[in-house]
Amino acid sequence: MIVNGSTRAMSREPASLPHLTAQIGTIRVSDRAKSPRPDTVPHSAPSVFPFSAIVGQDEMRQALLIAAVDPSVGGVLVFGDRGTGKSTAIRGLAALLPPMRAVVGCPYACDPARPGDLCPRCRDHAGALETHAVPVPVVDLPLGATEDRVVGALDLERALAHGQKAFEPGLLARANRGFLYIDEVNLLDDHLVDLLLDVAASGVNTVEREGLSLRHPARFVLVGSGNPEEGELRPQLLDRFGLAVEVTTPTDLPTRIDVVRRRDAYEHDSTAFRAAYAAADEAIRENLTRARAHLPSLTVPDATLEAAARLCLALGTDGLRGELTLMRTARALAALEGAETVGRDHLARIAPAALRHRLRRNPLDESGSTARVARAVAEVLAP
Amino acid sequence: MTAWADALRVARLAAADPHGLGGVVVHAGAGPVRDAWLAALRDALTAARPLRRMPGSITDARLLGGLDLPATLAAGRPVAEAGLLAETDGGLLVVPMAERLSPGLAARLAATLDDGIVRVERDGLGESRPARLGVILLDEGQGDDAPVSPALADRLAFHIDLSDIALGDLTPPEAASLGEDESGKPVADAAAVLCQAAQALGIASLRGPLLAMRVARLLTGGRDPTEAASILAARLVLAPRATQTPTLDETDAASDDSSPETPAPDERAPETEAAPGEGPSLEQRLVEAVRAVLPPGLLAQGLEAGSRPRQPRPGKAGIAAASRTGRPTGARAGAPRHGRLDLIETLRAAAPWQRLRRGEGATPDSRRIRIRPEDLRITRFAQRSETTTIFAVDASGSAALERLAEAKGAVELLLAEAYTRRDRVAVLAFRGTGAELILPPTRALARARRSLGALPGGGGTPLAAGLDAAADLARTVRRGGGAPLVVVLTDGRANVTRTGTAGRAQAGAEALAAAASLRGEGVRTLLIDTAARPQESARRLAEAMGGRYLPLPYADAGAMRDAVRTAR
Repeated sequence: MIVNGSTRAMSREPASLPHLTAQIGTIRVSDRAKSPRPDTVPHSAPSVFPFSAIVGQDEMRQALLIAAVDPSVGGVLVFGDRGTGKSTAIRGLAALLPPMRAVVGCPYACDPARPGDLCPRCRDHAGALETHAVPVPVVDLPLGATEDRVVGALDLERALAHGQKAFEPGLLARANRGFLYIDEVNLLDDHLVDLLLDVAASGVNTVEREGLSLRHPARFVLVGSGNPEEGELRPQLLDRFGLAVEVTTPTDLPTRIDVVRRRDAYEHDSTAFRAAYAAADEAIRENLTRARAHLPSLTVPDATLEAAARLCLALGTDGLRGELTLMRTARALAALEGAETVGRDHLARIAPAALRHRLRRNPLDESGSTARVARAVAEVLAP
Repeated sequence: MTAWADALRVARLAAADPHGLGGVVVHAGAGPVRDAWLAALRDALTAARPLRRMPGSITDARLLGGLDLPATLAAGRPVAEAGLLAETDGGLLVVPMAERLSPGLAARLAATLDDGIVRVERDGLGESRPARLGVILLDEGQGDDAPVSPALADRLAFHIDLSDIALGDLTPPEAASLGEDESGKPVADAAAVLCQAAQALGIASLRGPLLAMRVARLLTGGRDPTEAASILAARLVLAPRATQTPTLDETDAASDDSSPETPAPDERAPETEAAPGEGPSLEQRLVEAVRAVLPPGLLAQGLEAGSRPRQPRPGKAGIAAASRTGRPTGARAGAPRHGRLDLIETLRAAAPWQRLRRGEGATPDSRRIRIRPEDLRITRFAQRSETTTIFAVDASGSAALERLAEAKGAVELLLAEAYTRRDRVAVLAFRGTGAELILPPTRALARARRSLGALPGGGGTPLAAGLDAAADLARTVRRGGGAPLVVVLTDGRANVTRTGTAGRAQAGAEALAAAASLRGEGVRTLLIDTAARPQESARRLAEAMGGRYLPLPYADAGAMRDAVRTAR
């Protein structure tokens, strides 16, 4: 008995979940996000501050663009006080991203072009999948969110009203192929952070709760923000983020005046303000599309790979994640700039963001990690 | 313009645009003046704008919203219940004892102020509701109490202090309009002027000028702000945030040629500042107006505030997890052996599944509530953290032996006081090649006295090792839920390195690095210079620690005790 057209049956994965067959046969998937209650407001606020109108914060903007070009770089961590434009930037970026093709009615917005990443329902679908263009999702993980809403859980409404076991996808499902934004990562419960990082790394959300057992795709760019003053993040957690950028309140007068002026203009007449920046946003969008198309053809020359390895050795970063991220982000940066090849210059410019959060604490060296990376770059990558 | 008249004006402005201006930090003890101000605020709010109060012990379910348990059980389907934030939409939320607000609550309020939406992702519900509210933070902190969450206070346009207003000053609010001067000529570029004023006043955050701009617009009915409105906005919004007394020369320099030439397409043509030769420019007059209301001695206060170490925020590490005494910090899933069973939350977790479980179960008795292990909820408690004073005593030969005796005397005096306060004391000594924990954190007075009496002296000064040991101990104390305070007694003349070899330069550099990492930990520190004459090296060390520096050329135990008391 299906309540409305937006809920569908989803067959379980045969290989991994044999024990469920006897119990429930099929797990239904509810899709409540498609039918918001009348007393609620939409998840994304309609009015978005244009990405191109953000003053300064170049490093953060560049990091977000790199993550948009190559989501495999593994997320962006933004350090700094709240209200330095972090949330504005991520929302602005999502608004200008080109829409993506998704399977109609799929709660995970499956990508028809990547058969390997389809959810079980789409994979088992007989015949051609119907697709439509949808905006890239940006999902907020609000403070106080509980685990059941993050990973998805039994659909309460159907459980209560009909005694049916149905899976209601959570925030991870909604964030598939988009961005998951967590403000104040350090205030989130540890077990939630672990869970998020695990899913972000594997791209698959595994649900084992309340008699449900299923897996669904959850590939997203994790964007976390944190204020180091409010408590340090664990090193294991830091290392999982691809890029770490620091944002600060601008201190020079012209920039500050510019920020206040644009904010005032936006609040005064947001429609006119957005119209004024539409062309600049469009230019960024075109550049992004170009960079994405360009990325697969860009190879990293051996000399650059070797330089990246030497840089990581000189800084003593643990594991291979640092090198891998350095290489991927440098390539994405080169793609953004339309470069023919990935050179040392790209490495040098992206190294602080890609490596500063992977350094071991050295009690004798109190200079900031940014300065240490800069020093190593100057030594290792000197021509 | 009296302070009370300004306070009333702030109430009217905050009531006119609760969400846009964020609200007000009200520094005042509970009393008739504060009550009168809150009454004026209530009068200024229109009927459509609610004024609600938030208890500090509020749970997420009540604050953000969640499952309405009775309605859910009655209706047989999940019924959502709005939280306090959504109920306050359009109005103002009063937070009493805001200086004791937990970081989690402060962050939730800050997020609501930023977005104007409360997002609920809990209890199987996922929805957002509008919550365009402002916050009234009632700061009752006194003296050395930690200030209200700076991140939250920065979002509120107004900061007022009612503590110096006498009952006799209270005049009934006159029915004044919001606008100061609605007919005046608009200022050429109010944003630039307010930014310059903010810079001259040493305001780092951009929210100061942003909020001042909003206030100025509100004062002129939404049009480009007039001069009078800009000056009033600067006085109300910027003055309380000032960290330095401006000098006119600075403003001159700032206003010179720094008119930004930005390519923003929406921008009005860059206009010149007030024409030269026509007396003081607008931003000078604006800064003057602010200066007139700045309290005297602001500079001294600012310096003190700047030199005060970061207050350790009550973070996760400070909460003894799963302890069973103290203040409840909310429920979470878990077996009762990890905490105290929270019956209501357990029922709430079990309620939605009842019909489903009835369908599965073999027993036909439909009135029994079926609770499963995964429904169990326990309550965790946070303990008030006790202060542990860690004395790191330089027992080297360079710190003269009689000073060591004085240090011992001070520690003994503090012990007696700590005993009545239930605080703890620990003593570290560093001499020769390393540091030694003479007295682990304790309240045992007799033991403390005995171990102190046996404290040896003489040898080199391994300052870095001593500070490292103090930092380690502070970390341990904090992990156990305590609040550490490190008191270093030294002359700052390090001459032994971490590896135990002699070398003045290397040892000095290491000591500074160790001090900086102590600061990085956010530990409160106090350095007492025990040298016969105040030492530059000791002062630099105190700076690196971010702690207070107290030269006591002829320290006596009583003075030292007073210094430690104020640092705590």
